[in-house]
Amino acid sequence: MFGKLTLSAIPFNDHIIMGAVVSSTVLALVIMALITYYKKWSYLWHEWLTSLDHKKIGIMYIILALVMLLRGFSDAIMMRAQQAMALGANHGYLTPHHFDQIFSSHGTIMIIFVAMPFMIGLMNIVVPQQIGARDVAFPLMNSISFWLTVSGVGLMMISLGVGEFSNTGWTGIAPLFEKTYNPGVGVDYWMWAVQIAGIGSTLTGINFFVTIIKMRAPGMRLMKMPLFTWTALTTNVLMVLSFPVLTVALFLLTMDRYLGMHFFTNALGGNMMMWNNLFWMWGHPEVYIVILPAFGVFSEVVATFSKKALFGYKSLVYATAVIMFLSFTVWLHHFFTMGNTPDVNIFFGITTMLIAIPTGVKVYDWLFTMYRGRITFSTPMYWTMGFLTVFVIGGMTGVLMAIPPADFVVHNSLFLIAHFHNMLIPGALFGYFAGYSYWFPKAFGFKLNEKWGKRAFWGWLIGFLVAFMPLYVLGFMGMPRRLAHYDNPAWQPYLIVAAVGAFIILLGVMAQGMQLFVSIRDRKKNTDETGDAWEYGRTLEWMTSSPPADYNFAVIPKVEELDEFWDMKEKGTAYKRPEKYYDIYMPKNQPHGVVVGGLALAFGFAMVWYIWWLAIVSLVAIITTIILIGANDDTDYVIPAEDVKRIEDAHFEKVAAAMAQVNNQGKGGE
Amino acid sequence: MRKRSLYNLFKVGGLLSMVVFLSSCSKMIVLDSKGPIGQEETFLIYISFALMLIVVIPVFVMAFWFAVRYRDTNEKATYKPKWAHSTKIEWVIWMVPIAIIVALSYLTWTRTYQLDPYKPIQSEAKTFHVEVVSMDWNWLFIYPEYHIATVNELVFPANTPLSFRLTSASVMTSFFIPQLGSQMYAMAGMQTRLNLMANEPGVYEGHNLEFSGKGYNTMHFEAIAKTPEEFKEWLEKAKKSPDTLSMAMFKKISEPNINYPETVYSSVVPGLFDHILSRFMGWMGTHKKMKMDMHMPLNHANDSTRHMNHKNMEDK
Repeated sequence: MFGKLTLSAIPFNDHIIMGAVVSSTVLALVIMALITYYKKWSYLWHEWLTSLDHKKIGIMYIILALVMLLRGFSDAIMMRAQQAMALGANHGYLTPHHFDQIFSSHGTIMIIFVAMPFMIGLMNIVVPQQIGARDVAFPLMNSISFWLTVSGVGLMMISLGVGEFSNTGWTGIAPLFEKTYNPGVGVDYWMWAVQIAGIGSTLTGINFFVTIIKMRAPGMRLMKMPLFTWTALTTNVLMVLSFPVLTVALFLLTMDRYLGMHFFTNALGGNMMMWNNLFWMWGHPEVYIVILPAFGVFSEVVATFSKKALFGYKSLVYATAVIMFLSFTVWLHHFFTMGNTPDVNIFFGITTMLIAIPTGVKVYDWLFTMYRGRITFSTPMYWTMGFLTVFVIGGMTGVLMAIPPADFVVHNSLFLIAHFHNMLIPGALFGYFAGYSYWFPKAFGFKLNEKWGKRAFWGWLIGFLVAFMPLYVLGFMGMPRRLAHYDNPAWQPYLIVAAVGAFIILLGVMAQGMQLFVSIRDRKKNTDETGDAWEYGRTLEWMTSSPPADYNFAVIPKVEELDEFWDMKEKGTAYKRPEKYYDIYMPKNQPHGVVVGGLALAFGFAMVWYIWWLAIVSLVAIITTIILIGANDDTDYVIPAEDVKRIEDAHFEKVAAAMAQVNNQGKGGE
Repeated sequence: MRKRSLYNLFKVGGLLSMVVFLSSCSKMIVLDSKGPIGQEETFLIYISFALMLIVVIPVFVMAFWFAVRYRDTNEKATYKPKWAHSTKIEWVIWMVPIAIIVALSYLTWTRTYQLDPYKPIQSEAKTFHVEVVSMDWNWLFIYPEYHIATVNELVFPANTPLSFRLTSASVMTSFFIPQLGSQMYAMAGMQTRLNLMANEPGVYEGHNLEFSGKGYNTMHFEAIAKTPEEFKEWLEKAKKSPDTLSMAMFKKISEPNINYPETVYSSVVPGLFDHILSRFMGWMGTHKKMKMDMHMPLNHANDSTRHMNHKNMEDK
């Protein structure tokens, strides 16, 4: 009935795990109790869970990412604390087996369940608005993608309390993850969580690729697309092309683990390096999947806050495209040390270095955007400045590791750990945080608190430097990655410093929590009435109200310029009421996304525990649901022209009032 | 006032980190290499850093300079909201990185051949052969020329080229002696090679760098480089060790276990390394590989070894 699942799967006697399980369960129960008490279930179901509105799906993605960021960050703190103490006779507070699960879940969560949903969330909120569209190309598929990601998260969270998680890192390690060496359910949890979320990501890639190609406002040629949309486009190309590789690789692993096949095993013709090749053929483009949209955010932010057109737009577009192509040609640099010939290593070493060229160009383009600007240092600009200065250090160490003989002495050491955190924290995460504070007023209609935002920035920046610079030194001291315990006393001081750094980041995280609280409390004081929250918005998303109406644009704008909205404001054509409104057809809310997500979770759980009947039932149900989607013709609803007019009139009145107030203040000041 | 204290904070912090950094230099063993391979690799690290600073330093300077100069409260600074293109600047920002990468590519091209781990090291001394087997979670070193073996301790003469053949009796690992240079994966059913040398006698630490399960963090060993006399002495002693490495004994030590005590075996069952290698080769192309192994002398030129490796992969 329950396959391998018995009560003994719950680690009752591990206090740390049980503490985490109990506290997250209690938290979930409290939230559910509150929803019940305020009778919000219906609201939640109708307005959010079943919503096909890209803005709401985007918000849900980002909430998911932030929640998972807390979990992934707790893992980080636990690892830093363990390594700070586990020297010699002191074995720290974690067993090696527990430590191994923590580094595996940390990586999996941060990449698949923080970076991906955060990036996709921003893309959801911003891309349709930036291209002057009312929604994405396939709204229901968008919802399904989201709920598949949630279902992956569900498996991750369940693995905390029922059974165990993988100990083979976020990348999987062949042949360690084979049944012979890992008979437990941990690897299966990892495999299914990543597989299910990965399929969601493939669908997202298809969805946004089509959206950007087909749904741009009239006049918006490719070379008039805002840079964030460009980076989103390249990211979607990468997603569509690379995620299927991951899907296949995981499928082969499934064959190995469930049917006793030999793709990645030691014996019977298996080849562990085939796993490495397949995984990194996805894994390296994946790095750019999460980092390119962040580059897009920086491009938007730096132009807006410098109040100046983006320097070298064409250069930036070509640089982005070059990175997109090159990202498929470098995967082997993850295993220069497998004993291949120098010719192979040289090829992949040089292609890797080539990426530094367009990336360097981008950094200079952003700097020259600031040159002769009038820079306002709001929170998003802080994150951008932090990125510009710290990211180049990671770039340097990256090029260093692209030289095969140099890589031979730092590969798999803490130097590597320092390097990729140096790329992903300032590169991707700072970008998402910049985007979060930059577009928050667009999504919610009020600005985030600046003071707490800047405090959060300093916490993250200083914490990052204190936590990761010592890891570079430790790499040169020969310290391997992933050590649950060590005997070399020379390493400890640096690990203690690194742990202090992690706690400084914790202050930053707490400041972000505080920022959210203070901002919601003071939301009335910081409302954005015009929709152009930063006053110097350049692209179409600042043309809509904040938060935008369901349909975003009452009348689809005709685009003439690269910075269309900036140009409209200059010409005085912004905030003009259209002559006539029309009925607008919008996608109706559908429950299929939630249903597919729930079933996928049941399927994943059933596969992990060998509950075959449940696996079959849920798989059949998923297929049936998808067939039912095709049979459903009742997909749209109409917003009548009068309603559109009413909504738009209210918005224009607000804008007029805000403008008048600004004018009065201007006069009062003189 | 506040600016001042912040400045002081940075000054103190900067000084402090400099002191810590400098005092740790002696412990940065990767950069303090004792072998020709490692020293070349260290040199590469320094030179590539220096080259990259050409791009990186201007970024720091411009980031701070532009941020201060063009802040919105500075009304004196030029403001050109429409200025967004300059062919001259574009040329520079594309060409300088390209020039640096071309230089680095040249270095990569030459040095990757020169420091190929498979390439034998030229020396007057006779090459010293070691067969390395990674087990769960211990290291076995077989010295084929002397018919002895050690566990979790590698002993070899200094100033002598070392030629390693590596494989694994279990999962994948990475064999690394930081102070001598290059690491190399050890994989079951496959053989990899590594050539290193120690310029001076000493005790160097060695690690596994690829996570391999429960006992991973205990997979370190001492690599001891001895003077010729010392090594001779050690060899005599080793020959007299009461422990011998029979097949049964190998079975015992290759069972998953942690921190197996350092042991010297005075004799080794012949062909053990090749046996371990072929154990995983299964039913596909077994005879072919076995033949190649048997026909391959231990000090065979590296190219054909690698050719064999490729063949193995093709067979699979």
